[in-house]
Amino acid sequence: MILIVTLLVVLMLAAAICAAVFKDLISAVISGCLVSLIAAVLFYLLHAPDVAMAEASIGAALVTAVFIIAIKRTERYEE
Amino acid sequence: MRTFIVILLLAVTCLGIYSVLVHIPFGTGPSETGTHYLANTRSDTGASNAVTAVVVGYRGFDTLGEVTVLFLTAMGVGAVLATLQNREKRSIEKASLILTAACRFLFPLTLLFGAYIFLHGHLTPGGGFQGGAVIASGFLLVYLGCHGRRISRPASKVFESAGGLLFVGIGLAGLYVGSRFFLSNFLPAGEFNTLLSAGIIPVIYIGVGIKVGAELTGIIDRMMEDT
Amino acid sequence: MTFLQNYIYYIASFGLVLTGLYIIMVKKNLIKVILGISILETGVNVFLISLGYQENGTAPIFSRIGLSANRMTDPVPQALVLTAIVIGLAVLALALTLAIRAYRYFGTLNLMKIKDQKW
Repeated sequence: MILIVTLLVVLMLAAAICAAVFKDLISAVISGCLVSLIAAVLFYLLHAPDVAMAEASIGAALVTAVFIIAIKRTERYEE
Repeated sequence: MRTFIVILLLAVTCLGIYSVLVHIPFGTGPSETGTHYLANTRSDTGASNAVTAVVVGYRGFDTLGEVTVLFLTAMGVGAVLATLQNREKRSIEKASLILTAACRFLFPLTLLFGAYIFLHGHLTPGGGFQGGAVIASGFLLVYLGCHGRRISRPASKVFESAGGLLFVGIGLAGLYVGSRFFLSNFLPAGEFNTLLSAGIIPVIYIGVGIKVGAELTGIIDRMMEDT
Repeated sequence: MTFLQNYIYYIASFGLVLTGLYIIMVKKNLIKVILGISILETGVNVFLISLGYQENGTAPIFSRIGLSANRMTDPVPQALVLTAIVIGLAVLALALTLAIRAYRYFGTLNLMKIKDQKW
């Protein structure tokens, strides 16, 4: 059980570092969505189902959609 | 020079956070407030979900503040984007037939699921905010899949205002009936673990669910204008 | 192994907060800075929920009549984090509309080119 949690945390931190490094903004936003999704799984493993549902529906779906709409109206690449 | 200052700041923050975190024990039980709420939820409010009882029953005024902040944000998004001149239209590629048909099929099912979540907020995990977010993602699906279909703005405003007025109206009605304070629980508590229980909590969550769903859809509609 | 068992959630939230702070301080693109704010908020929410955890506990829902409140996790941080997640979405939406407006006005999203916006 602890090994599964450790694996998920390592994946979450790797996705956060990828969000910092990528130059294509759409890839960075998708990495941020992966961070939110794994955070929702961690909330469920901490016995908080209300917060897991809120994070999965708001953090992983609506925040990503709002970011992609904003990127579409501005520029796609970082420089 | 700049990178050196950044590394220094991050190292100091790291040291500060670490020196606090080693002293916090992990896995010990709830605090005194939490124990009191858990012990008295059933007799005070009659809700099965303790988190819902805390959000709407014990801390209902904070939820009113949060609904106000959401309303201000929707107003701010509308105000900032209203004065933006639209550029010339880019040609948008239409979605294929399968995608359009699937989005139109899934849309009423998603609305039904969101309504189920906020109706049963006092019995199962869920509530107004989660149900409103699922409703908004149902509308987002139609925006992305079907070309050119938009919500009607007056209808969205009516739903949003009706939800907010329901919340504040039930709260003000508590000032005159029952134990006389704002947001007092004056409806009967009913039988435990059934749908019509827990006093005003399902009524407030219905108002919050409709309001949050209409608001988040309005934000997405304003931002997606003419793209 | 007991070190991991005690501190794994703190390491997760700690790492997310530091990554978010690094993105905000170093990156030059405005939308990337806003993405850093989102990661920072997720880290703080994970930390708050991990404070109310109880060993061998269960979720704070009285699904059956005879369930005792002895081994339930704390409902107060969950209520606070629920509010925080929704307000985080609202703040991000408003920040992104201001970024769209700034792009129309300045012509670029690079904070170095917008005069005296970055230290």
